[in-house]
Amino acid sequence: MSTSFDHPEYNYKVVRQFAIMTVVWGVVGMAMGVFIAAQLAWPQLNFDTPWLSFGRLRPLHTNAVIFAFGGCALFATSYYIVQRTGRTRLFSDTLASFTFWGWQAVIVGAAITLPLGITSAKEYAELEWPLDILVTLVWVAYVVNFLGTVAIRKESHIYVANWFFAAFMIMIAILYVGNNLVVPVSLTKAYSIWPGTIDAMIQWWWGHNAVGFFLTAGFLGMMYYFVPKQAGRPVYSYRLSIVHFWALISIYVWAGAHHLHYSALPDWAQTSGMIMSLILLAPSWGGMINGMMTLSGAWHKLRTDPILRFLVVSLSFYGMSTFEGPMMSIKTVNALSHNTDWTIGHVHSGALGWVAMVSIGALYHLIPIMYGRKAGQMYSIGLINLHFWLATIGTVLYIASMWVNGIMQGLMWRAVNEDGTLTYSFVESVEASHWGYVVRAIGGALFLTGMLIMLFNVYMTTREANKQAGMVAAQA
Amino acid sequence: MDINDVRGLGSVFALIAFTGIIWWAYGSSRRKRFEDDAKIPFGENEEMPTDSDNKRSN
Repeated sequence: MSTSFDHPEYNYKVVRQFAIMTVVWGVVGMAMGVFIAAQLAWPQLNFDTPWLSFGRLRPLHTNAVIFAFGGCALFATSYYIVQRTGRTRLFSDTLASFTFWGWQAVIVGAAITLPLGITSAKEYAELEWPLDILVTLVWVAYVVNFLGTVAIRKESHIYVANWFFAAFMIMIAILYVGNNLVVPVSLTKAYSIWPGTIDAMIQWWWGHNAVGFFLTAGFLGMMYYFVPKQAGRPVYSYRLSIVHFWALISIYVWAGAHHLHYSALPDWAQTSGMIMSLILLAPSWGGMINGMMTLSGAWHKLRTDPILRFLVVSLSFYGMSTFEGPMMSIKTVNALSHNTDWTIGHVHSGALGWVAMVSIGALYHLIPIMYGRKAGQMYSIGLINLHFWLATIGTVLYIASMWVNGIMQGLMWRAVNEDGTLTYSFVESVEASHWGYVVRAIGGALFLTGMLIMLFNVYMTTREANKQAGMVAAQA
Repeated sequence: MDINDVRGLGSVFALIAFTGIIWWAYGSSRRKRFEDDAKIPFGENEEMPTDSDNKRSN
């Protein structure tokens, strides 16, 4: 983390810190994912140890990839974009530094408490209340710093990427606090203030918007900056981006009830969740098309530019998973897919295909700039290309195996004999899923290999840049 | 006026807001400014790469 690359105007230090940690946490979180994927294929891998059991490591994996990898990517790119498109330095360097170290402390806290089994047992909100308070403090500092920077901007218009980032961080603040309102009974245990079904609804109001705002709105902000930059042309339709923004943020918040189909949630609430999920297809595809069409007239660049390829393929996966999502929210489809591996496949089509790939593309564009080089000028372009193919093939193997597993499980669970008894026992469906789990672990391992190659490429880029900077310093 | 009237008004309000946003975004008097706004990422000493640029852009 050399200081010789500091920008005269912008705070690049915090961007550089978050960018590097994105790659590091990406490797850690995905390695955890591959390990627990292997546990499902070969259960002996929990070594009969509680803190290596799937139930404890799975939340560690989801927290690491969503909040450590995804979170650091969002911090890095939002701080970068808000400065560049506002043409002003960050509102406060102190707050920026606090968000970096505070966020890393949260991640370390999660890595210690989750394997110990200290958890609120709420999905994507497992951290117990002391860590929740730290998250809230960091988040408030982030919002103040980001909106403060928007307020002191020198460019009169607020570029669309910043609108998405602002919506993402404000909504996450509301949702996170709302879902984590608890009555603590000890330092490591607290109980939700929400009762029964309401608690479930609040949980998925949060859970689905962790997807909608954390994993979508924030990354769309990234897309609206880095796709035009890397393609070398402005976004296809700025006007569409405005309609896209307002439609997306006003519809996403209503879709969470589809996680509770056929539960104790009132039927009308389930149905309205399904309808809002179906409507959501329109703004999702509006944004996807806007990103894709930015390349019209520049498609040839895909032949030579693996960074652009990452960004464009991420949009294809985004389009695919935002079609699949509304479809799975239809109650009759959900009757087949609910609680099966289809859901896991769907999530990873979004998480690996969209979120990770758009972040990787953005980082390959941005990291060289953080070390005084031109955009995208990494140590090796060939290795970026290799990473691209490993990531794409890995994602396809992952989601295809989970489709097969999911539909098979759904069909086996609902199969009944003529006398009305179940055709298959549950464990028979687990046995039948074995090969799907093996293929999934292979797909995940390919994706992880790509991330390791990225880590090497980033390290070599920083080494080269530091060497050059040293030579310049010696000559001066 | 009961709660269902409020719900109905909510839907009407959402429809008006959505129509208003489309009108604002696609109004012809604002065409030029949005075209300029789209170029914001390309300001500050960074040239817009030309279409004939066949290499990786900056």
